[in-house]
Amino acid sequence: MSDKVLMKGNEAIAEAAIMAGCRHYFGYPITPQTEIAAYMARRMPKIGGTFLQAESEVAAINMVYGAASAGVRVMTSSSSPGISLKSEGISYLAGADLPAVIVNAQRGGPGLGGIQPSQSDYFQATRGGGHGDYHMIVLAPASVQEMASLTIKAFDLADKWRTPCMILADGTTGQMMEPVSFDFDIAPAPEKPWALTGTQGKRAHNITNSLYLSPEELETHNFNRFKKYDEIMKTEPIAEEYKADDADIILVAFGIASRVSKNAVDEARGAGIKAGLIRPITLWPFPSDILFKHTEHARHFISVELSMGQLIEDVMLSTRCRRPVTLCNRAGGMIPVPSQILQAIQNVAANGGN
Amino acid sequence: MTTEYLFAGFGGQGLLFSGKVLAYKALIEDKFVSWLPSYGPEMRGGTANCSVIISDSPVGAPIITNPDVLVAMNLPSLDKYENAVKKGGMIIVDSSLIERKVKRDDVSVFYVPATDMASKSGSPTLANMILFGKMLKETGTLNEETLNAALGKCISARHKDMFDLNLNAVKIGCAE
Amino acid sequence: MTVFKKPHALTDAPFHYCPGCTHGIIHRLVAQAIDELGIEGKTVGVAPVGCSVMAYDYFSCDMTEAAHGRAPAVATGLKRANPENIVFTYQGDGDLASIGTAETVHAAARNENITVIFINNAIYGMTGGQMAPTSLVGQVTQTSPYGRDPALCGYPVKICEMLSELEGPEYLERVAVNSVKNVNAAYKAIKKAFQNQIEGRGFSLVEVLSACPTNWGKTPSESLKWIDSAMIPYYPLGVYKDRSAGIFGGKTGGACDRSESAEKCACSGKADCGGRPVNAGSSNGSDCGKNACGAK
Repeated sequence: MSDKVLMKGNEAIAEAAIMAGCRHYFGYPITPQTEIAAYMARRMPKIGGTFLQAESEVAAINMVYGAASAGVRVMTSSSSPGISLKSEGISYLAGADLPAVIVNAQRGGPGLGGIQPSQSDYFQATRGGGHGDYHMIVLAPASVQEMASLTIKAFDLADKWRTPCMILADGTTGQMMEPVSFDFDIAPAPEKPWALTGTQGKRAHNITNSLYLSPEELETHNFNRFKKYDEIMKTEPIAEEYKADDADIILVAFGIASRVSKNAVDEARGAGIKAGLIRPITLWPFPSDILFKHTEHARHFISVELSMGQLIEDVMLSTRCRRPVTLCNRAGGMIPVPSQILQAIQNVAANGGN
Repeated sequence: MTTEYLFAGFGGQGLLFSGKVLAYKALIEDKFVSWLPSYGPEMRGGTANCSVIISDSPVGAPIITNPDVLVAMNLPSLDKYENAVKKGGMIIVDSSLIERKVKRDDVSVFYVPATDMASKSGSPTLANMILFGKMLKETGTLNEETLNAALGKCISARHKDMFDLNLNAVKIGCAE
Repeated sequence: MTVFKKPHALTDAPFHYCPGCTHGIIHRLVAQAIDELGIEGKTVGVAPVGCSVMAYDYFSCDMTEAAHGRAPAVATGLKRANPENIVFTYQGDGDLASIGTAETVHAAARNENITVIFINNAIYGMTGGQMAPTSLVGQVTQTSPYGRDPALCGYPVKICEMLSELEGPEYLERVAVNSVKNVNAAYKAIKKAFQNQIEGRGFSLVEVLSACPTNWGKTPSESLKWIDSAMIPYYPLGVYKDRSAGIFGGKTGGACDRSESAEKCACSGKADCGGRPVNAGSSNGSDCGKNACGAK
């Protein structure tokens, strides 16, 4: 038997966060991510950590802001409506250059929406979500193993770049159980000389802040932050390429949609159609170069998503309109079946890929 | 090879649990596996189902459209999923709870009065494990060693009595 | 000879506050308490949104700037991350008693071991004089141009009274900074609110009645008098809760009057009480109606 355990995706996130050195979790219950809070509530008191159920998502993200200011690894989690409430705080985290990890186990929207899986917070996550010029790093796990590994990566990236980092999961990846190995090498968190731990009478006071009333000063901060984003866009994009090298038709999908898409690719290949899949793992920075590279041979791209056409915009931008892009989607909590995606592939193939 | 199992019934019947035991058993047998529950706002009594996929290669979508094996523990589940089962697949019916017969003739069907049997055995809540035992037997996947290990993973060592009762229920199902 | 000088816990940055504004006095009192308790090196402050938004530039300790109303949540995060730090928030009435009411109530309910300095000047200052949750009935502001009308927007919020109903908080006191005597009492309360945190006693809030001559449309000296004549009658000064001293205002109504339970009163025997009920809690209807309000 292997050293793997069977675990829900949400629980894998929680356990991985603890392994990454997260000892502070602030949250508020909402389906379908509450397992994360429950796991933290069980574990944190036993390892000297803090689990606190806040009075609201708004309070939780601001507790995260406080703990991040204090220099510790800190996490919160929620689902779509709760992330809208947290967006104010995420903007402040970004504006104060504070590292923190935010999990969104997406459910259908808008409004109260539903509780079934969705990917319709793609724009919110990849464009920032809150007010102002900012991004956060967004990671999209597609398996329980990645729920764990990308959580650890999220803490590393957040600290490395001093930025909030989001795990954009969904109801399915959160609720499903798969074997997961926790055999990770954990890098120690970097020193944080900017943290608010008290001057101890030895240095000038540190300030974490996003307020700059002088427009010149604020512009400078924003320009500098976007230089950082340029570096992130150069160095951090990752994607999985599945049978894409010789593909005529390339599906682009992340998270749960990519799992279904993989089945469809296999079925299409079985039917003699050269289909492939590109699965962005970082949604921001988006792996645009990888997509563009494949415009050399692929004749058509299909965006497979659990939303009304959000990912497709990044696919169009990345392929620079060199090839047609088609949407294949479900929404509101519905998940496409492989045959729906296969049909979309076959439709494109029948049309000569045009 | 990939086999897709769908356990369907009411919330509280233990379907998610038997799915988990099956998934752990497959993990211990070094297979690729996924386990996916349905989830809803109700905690008890609503429809509940759980999809388990066991494969020799990495599992793609964890969602099942056409199961190889259906374990049905109430009429709505049988009504909903009977026609989804693959041709040549298998349906196991708790005949204590479902009076009607399966209409298809291209699948193998087993009727087990599991809820009555469970009551008689003194563990009325373990009908799920009786059906599970029957399913292991009929799919030819019974392996006592990995079954024991899987049950050990799913039941805390503090509840040795529950372990024994569950194992006993599986054996009752196997003998049926 | 004692030479009057700026506390070390204040930086050299000049305050941006208007003439006659009492934020400067309160900043000084906070800094003086930090100095006297010798805690500057381990103190972390949380600035609000409002006139004191740039308080982070004025205090020498580590500082952060919170979103509007969220200071108690931010302070919770800071304190839970590093319990050895002394964490305080400095918040105005819009910040604490309007947009941040939930954070305030729940930090108090949790008895979060933090210190909250609550500046109540009955108006939104930074945005130019709009009605605050604590604006008095009839008070003319930019957004209550005909005077605050309870039929339209209800009554001013009494934070100390409200929080005193909670089991959680350790210490709640209302003070003012409109006279030497009151400033001295305010200092004692602020210092106690920090001392409580050092001793791990829990949530301590000091509400400071403060002047805003600019937006009240009064001279600085008129403003100080208005605190006495208009604010204090509605917002009586005193200790609303002091668990360690056995004062539970919300539960006992006006019971913490000197005459009834002087031995339990935090300022028993001191002139500060001035014959006013130390606690004007009003949960027990009949008692308080005469005792608390009648004593003015």
